[in-house]
Amino acid sequence: MKLLDAGDVIDGFEIIDCVHAGGMAHIYTVKYAHDGQGIDKPDPGFVMAMKIPRMTAGDGSESIVSFEVEQQIMPVLTGKHVPRYVTSGDLDRLPYIVMEYIEGKTIQNMLDEQEGPFSIEEISTIGAAMATAVHSLHKQNVCHLDIKPANVLIREDGSAVTLDFGLSCHAHYPDLLAEQNRKAVGSPVWIAPEQVVGVRGDPRSDIFAMGIILYEMATRELAHGSAVSENGMRRRLWYDPPPPRKLRADIPEWLQEIIMRCLEPEAAKRYPSASHLAFDLTHPTQVTVTERGKNVIGTSFGTHFKRWLKAAGMEYKPSPLPTQQIEEVPIIMVSVPHKDVTDATLYSLREAVSRSLGIRPGARLACVTVISPNASSSSDTRKSETSVYRQYLSMLQQWAQPLDLTQHQVSYHVLESSDVADAILKYAENNHVNMIIMGAATHGLQMQKFVATVPIKVAMYAPCTIILVKQTLPFSELAEVPLD
Amino acid sequence: MKIALMSDIHANIDALNACIDHAYDLGVTQFAFLGDYVGYGPHPAAVIERIQAMQAQGAIVLQGNHDEAAFNNAPVDPNYWGAITVEWTRAQLSRAHKDYLAQLPLEHTLDSIYMTHASAHGLGKWNYIEDPRSATACMNALPAEINHVFVGHVHHQHLYYGGRTGDLMQFKPQKGMPIPTPKHRKWVTTVGSVGQPRDQDPRAMYALFDSASRILRFERVEYNHHQVAQDILDAGLPKELAQRLEEAR
Repeated sequence: MKLLDAGDVIDGFEIIDCVHAGGMAHIYTVKYAHDGQGIDKPDPGFVMAMKIPRMTAGDGSESIVSFEVEQQIMPVLTGKHVPRYVTSGDLDRLPYIVMEYIEGKTIQNMLDEQEGPFSIEEISTIGAAMATAVHSLHKQNVCHLDIKPANVLIREDGSAVTLDFGLSCHAHYPDLLAEQNRKAVGSPVWIAPEQVVGVRGDPRSDIFAMGIILYEMATRELAHGSAVSENGMRRRLWYDPPPPRKLRADIPEWLQEIIMRCLEPEAAKRYPSASHLAFDLTHPTQVTVTERGKNVIGTSFGTHFKRWLKAAGMEYKPSPLPTQQIEEVPIIMVSVPHKDVTDATLYSLREAVSRSLGIRPGARLACVTVISPNASSSSDTRKSETSVYRQYLSMLQQWAQPLDLTQHQVSYHVLESSDVADAILKYAENNHVNMIIMGAATHGLQMQKFVATVPIKVAMYAPCTIILVKQTLPFSELAEVPLD
Repeated sequence: MKIALMSDIHANIDALNACIDHAYDLGVTQFAFLGDYVGYGPHPAAVIERIQAMQAQGAIVLQGNHDEAAFNNAPVDPNYWGAITVEWTRAQLSRAHKDYLAQLPLEHTLDSIYMTHASAHGLGKWNYIEDPRSATACMNALPAEINHVFVGHVHHQHLYYGGRTGDLMQFKPQKGMPIPTPKHRKWVTTVGSVGQPRDQDPRAMYALFDSASRILRFERVEYNHHQVAQDILDAGLPKELAQRLEEAR
């Protein structure tokens, strides 16, 4: 296909420059062309990119279907983690998609520019941004299914954008890439085991692909090589790659734990949602390190052999809706007050948390308390930051101790802020919290008629469901809130 | 052109009126009724008269198996628990109503769109399109230039779509989602039932198709189905039919 020149006009768009000439498509920056009658379209407020698929007689039909999928899904995607959609051209006549052009570097650009492995901090920062962007897709019922370094772009401000939805699957649209013979659809290096046997639409397939990316950033090795044959790809149904710490000694156990959890051959053993992955990458000290994180030898032959036998019979199973799947494993945040608080309130909060976790196996719990900034002091050693934090952390741990947390990951956080409500809201937003549990009355219900107290403010601005817990039996006699 | 496709009204005038109003609000300019105006429900005459009025304004009107049973006076299998509604319906309709039902066509073609009550495979035999195989059989019975088929009869909303090879595949749509159905693929839509939903959701169903943009939407419309269930009881029809409407099963 011949390249277009600057100034060429396609369907009312004027070509500015070619920014990418790849095997599947050419991408140009474009602007609205003058229509010659003086009624030009207004500038959209961002630079536009036109993607023109390469579809000549010799090309396989898969690229046509991919274009169709992208044309179907892109118009309904929203949020800052995807390029904004402008318009598209008729598949039969002149196929193209016009979307927002986003400045930044793809993870592939970064891998190409950098010789050695990435620093631990770079891996966790970029990884968390990527997981946040992928989570935003899952919340819209879309599985990307082609997450790879070239399809994740990092903006100047550090946030990530996912690109190229040609292999994606939207639960509310017919899956055009599904075929009766259910063959693997994906990029061989990053494809998840269940995709190899034809499962399309499991959000945990994207978790696996992110694991391959994190593994490469950490070790500069491809976890499962780059075999393109079906047999080569099937190896990931049973085989664990060598633990990253075997290849690079300075990788901390927590990071290996995260990477290897993403790369579990069985989807159910991976992070149940990308928000959980983002959470661990941003809270390394809270990662529960298991044998998976400590191992520096690799998985035994016996384990691999058993898995190999099991994998031989693995075949296609349909997946539930992505939103349904990720809603079943919410991040629940409980705000535990540390002063002016009755035993009854603490007890009732714990009861509410226990009930909420009880019906949601796999949910993770974040216990948070907010302290005022002058609680710690740099001059007074008794009040030094670490000792104050330690004191509040142990308070939180004691509070949570009676909870049955066998099926849940739990973490403890001391936030420092003079505005309690603001601190809770920011934490909930940044960590994709699905539910906040907090006491209903920090200053007595009577006061709440007149001033926006902490629970009222949180309830008004929370990005998620909130449960306001009132003091209940068996401490009711302690409650001193008079009734009207 | 925006086309509303409605089927299986089953003598439920409240549901039919609600769907027609809903479609007008969405800018529909062409109506197509895919059959089964009578049977099960309490308002057979009122539904036929509304359909006749719609046809006078340009609506496409096709015949369904319950319409055939209402005019042909063939003996009804007494073991069929719905037999009583067939006899009851026949008694409610005038000669003119029955003559109207009898002259309705079984199929209609509009450019590359084909409509019928049940299936083009064995037209008049009322075959159900309930899986990829029966949808494929229907599509294969039609000329190559047809790329979108609309049917009723099954009381469920499904979209069957063609891939590169083999049978059509089945997709369960969500209410109100605009689905592009480009003409280089084959599509078979079961539009659902206006008057007797059977998917645990009592809202009336129909489909909306924009023939220019080829965007398809599956709609659900609320109406007072409790009232219609009461009308069924008041008419002396079996109480199972009222329950069925209440529970949409």
